[in-house]
Amino acid sequence: MKVTLKIWRQPDAASKGAMHTYELDGVSSDMSFLEMLDVLNEDLIAKGEDPVAFDSDCREGICGMCGLMINGQAHGPEVTTTCQLHMRSFKDGDEIVIEPWRSDAFPVIKDLVVDRSAFDRIIQAGGYISVNTGSAPEAHSVPVPRDDAIRAFNVATCIGCGACVAACPNGSASLFMGAKITHLGELPQGQPERDTRVVGMVAQHDAEGFGGCTNIGECTAACPKEIPLDVISRLNWDLHAALRHGR
Amino acid sequence: MTDMPDTTLTGDPSHDAPADHGDDAAGYYTPGDPIRDTKAPEGPIDERWQTRKFEARLVNPANRRKLDIIIVGTGLAGASAAATLGEAGYNVKSFCYQDSPRRAHSIAAQGGINAAKNYKEDGDSAHRLFYDTVKGGDYRSRESNVYRLAEVSTNIIDQCVAQGVPFAREYGGLLDNRSFGGVQVSRTFYARGQTGQQLLIGAYQAMERQVAAGTVEQFTRHEMLELIVVDGKARGIIARDMVTGEIQTHLADVVVLASGGYGNVFFLSTNAMGSNVTAAWRAHRKGAYMANPCYTQIHPTCIPVTGSHQSKLTLMSESLRNDGRIWVPKKKSDCEKDPREIPEEDRDYYLERIYPSFGNLVPRDIASRAAKNVCDEGRGVGPEVDGVRRGVYLDFSSAIERLGRDGIEEKYDNLFDMYARITGENPYETPMRIYPAVHYVMGGLWVDYDLQSTIPGLFVTGEANFSDHGANRLGASALMQGLADGYFVLPHTIRDYLADGPFEKIQESHPAVVEARQAVEERVTHFLSTNGTRSVDSYHRELGNIMWEYCGMERTEDGLKKAIDLIRTLKDDFWRNVKVLGTADSLNQSLEKAGRVADFMELGELMCIDALNRRESCGGHFRGESQTEDGEALRHDDQFAYVAAWEFAGDGELPVLHKEDLVYTAIEMKQRSYK
Ligand SMILES: Cc1cc2nc3c(=O)[nH]c(=O)nc-3n(C[C@H](O)[C@H](O)[C@H](O)COP(=O)(O)OP(=O)(O)OC[C@H]3O[C@@H](n4cnc5c(N)ncnc54)[C@H](O)[C@@H]3O)c2cc1C
Ligand code: SF4
Ligand code: FES
Repeated sequence: MKVTLKIWRQPDAASKGAMHTYELDGVSSDMSFLEMLDVLNEDLIAKGEDPVAFDSDCREGICGMCGLMINGQAHGPEVTTTCQLHMRSFKDGDEIVIEPWRSDAFPVIKDLVVDRSAFDRIIQAGGYISVNTGSAPEAHSVPVPRDDAIRAFNVATCIGCGACVAACPNGSASLFMGAKITHLGELPQGQPERDTRVVGMVAQHDAEGFGGCTNIGECTAACPKEIPLDVISRLNWDLHAALRHGR
Repeated sequence: MTDMPDTTLTGDPSHDAPADHGDDAAGYYTPGDPIRDTKAPEGPIDERWQTRKFEARLVNPANRRKLDIIIVGTGLAGASAAATLGEAGYNVKSFCYQDSPRRAHSIAAQGGINAAKNYKEDGDSAHRLFYDTVKGGDYRSRESNVYRLAEVSTNIIDQCVAQGVPFAREYGGLLDNRSFGGVQVSRTFYARGQTGQQLLIGAYQAMERQVAAGTVEQFTRHEMLELIVVDGKARGIIARDMVTGEIQTHLADVVVLASGGYGNVFFLSTNAMGSNVTAAWRAHRKGAYMANPCYTQIHPTCIPVTGSHQSKLTLMSESLRNDGRIWVPKKKSDCEKDPREIPEEDRDYYLERIYPSFGNLVPRDIASRAAKNVCDEGRGVGPEVDGVRRGVYLDFSSAIERLGRDGIEEKYDNLFDMYARITGENPYETPMRIYPAVHYVMGGLWVDYDLQSTIPGLFVTGEANFSDHGANRLGASALMQGLADGYFVLPHTIRDYLADGPFEKIQESHPAVVEARQAVEERVTHFLSTNGTRSVDSYHRELGNIMWEYCGMERTEDGLKKAIDLIRTLKDDFWRNVKVLGTADSLNQSLEKAGRVADFMELGELMCIDALNRRESCGGHFRGESQTEDGEALRHDDQFAYVAAWEFAGDGELPVLHKEDLVYTAIEMKQRSYK
């Protein structure tokens, strides 16, 4: 099939960007979306034009490296990552608009590549359990109710892709944060630092320039791992509790 | 010597008969002196690690702050080491090419992690895990290292649970285990189909905690392009900031490579797009020996290639073979038909037929080769790619009958979804199609018991080293090794080296530093100024085809020699004719790839030479010339019970082969049989 691609091109962070249009023929429905872009890039290189820069690594939906706004939707029309989206979701003659994540906290590096290091800094501010190597007790010394472990797991599947931020009209990273707060907060091992964790992470979130949450829910709709909105309630709950405890 | 009863072994002595042939690789290498590990203490195998830990000198806490450690890689092996060494108070600099440490390819591991906890009381023990690993590796690994791995495996689970890794649990709240990869005990811990992700997030968080504490400094989107060796010791790296293009010099007292595997030499593999050999290869060129580079694991259950646009292959968890039945049509004429219309009597369940006792659960290498054979016979299924159908059915219809659709959904839902998303077919209705793909490399930089390479001060951990899996790795053992190395082994062995530090400060003007930096700059300039006609990817794809064809599932003397010629020609052309656009001082993904492909070419050639030298079949390495009458792998312990450690002798020079003899004191070598 043949598609028309409108792609955001921006040489670097300092330059201004613009949309460019490319026609691409011979696209197979078995191609992944990123393989389609690979083909475009091979064409561009053959013509002596700079290929489109975009991020990807695992290409199996787990590393969180990929992420594009496709026709205005984070990761495109399916509930999955950009790398797992396939061209069979499109049809011959489609026009496809491709942009980078848009958020003040994720500055564009080049074309479709953005800087998401703010997420690492949010984790540094408390998204962990403090246990030095070698100091852990025997694994069976603390049983964890199966349902708690499942709930923790379900939200621990967040891949840190940033689609939630890109989809949010406020550019909030509350879903990402809520997922981590809930993952660690569901487990007995996560209790001692529950208060300091949430306070630290939220403060860092705000300092990075992410917006506040007004419960719109676009984040969870865009999330490829279907992290539910109630992790944000959990986040707020923990935050209030921590503030009540005077943290 | 303690040995264990084992029902799967036949004790076939045929491998002891000396084979009658010359040296296939004569003319392709120079014989060198033998090499030996000098760090593993003598004594009973189960006391060696205790002894070594005790003998390894300590570093005074006040001194640790003055010692700089560079760690390249943030996968399980690198992140765990960075966290642990940071906690101990050293100054750690951590590098990865992704935009966050959390994205290292360990994240993609699905199945699980082994540990000899014996929670099931099914007779597991460190010794049994050791035994299974050495046997699974087809008696081509170093026993001291493997024993230690089995021994520390239990600590890993404790550590991960304490970090909040949400492993699967039973109703009573205790950890669940499953049996994996055909072993007879349940020792695999898992977090649904995302074990690697959960373990890596645990290690990542531990590492980020140290970043906050100021002991670890992280450099993301930085690619190591050269190793700095001063007076014979590893003293730093040259890295490129992939955003600004800046070439940076980072100096340290010790360098650790945890840079993962090089399966992407085949272009198509289950590795990540950026997985590379560059870090390891640059070290190899500086004096680190490369061990058993030809040992490659080809995983039988991956989604088949659909066309020439294919950029990577996706693994479907091995656990599917527990319930799925593998078959192809008996008749070539049926290969195009809808599989549901092929009657039972016209199907060839070839694994069940050839291996009645293990059936669909035979080890990975055997399952892979059998799939290749039936496709070579023209009985493959699925779309034709380059004139051949490369796929076999993995059929769940009888399992669905037995367990109900719900039963299958509960077990494999996420895998079935993934399959449907990638192929557009519904595996509940029609059989899956699978084909083998390159998945893991057992080969890697040679290390001693301390995980130190042949360059003093250069340590290598995780998939990047060769140490624990011999010629074939057991399922769920790579995650175990990565975390064992990073949390529990390296932090002890590295201190013995660092006890002599801090080493003399080096200036950036030191000739060795200048030389390393210039080498990097010259390469960058060369790629950008070649102005050739072919893209980097087109070279990579061609290299991959050569490797897959001649150095893949079955290797022969003629094929390997042909491959070496083809690679040499391709390499030549690449250096003269590659086309890399853009500039050096910005994000330039073609430039990044060019450097990686250049190194893959050299590695590919060495892999073929190594495979040529090893005229025996063992584990993942199958030489057509070395098989039993009925086509099974045949080892030659009398000639090949060694680690092949290759030394780089200079561009245009033959590599030098150093052999490390494998001596087993705690286990007896046997020929495997899965019939
Ligand atoms: C799809 C898949 C499924 C798997 N499933 C299992 C399983 O179920 N159980 C199991 O035990 N094993 C499994 N394995 C194997 C296992 O996941 C890997 O062997 C292991 O995770 C490797 O860990 P590592 O830390 O050595 O390397 P990686 O996790 O690959 O990390 C490599 C690191 O090095 C960095 N790096 C590389 N080169 C450079 C450079 N030049 N400069 C800077 N940084 C660099 C990368 O950025 C990355 O941080 C699986 C592998 C794959 C591919
Ligand atoms: S919460 Fe969902 S959308 Fe947000 S980073 Fe995690 S996986 Fe991505
Ligand atoms: S590339 Fe890893 S999630 Fe898409």
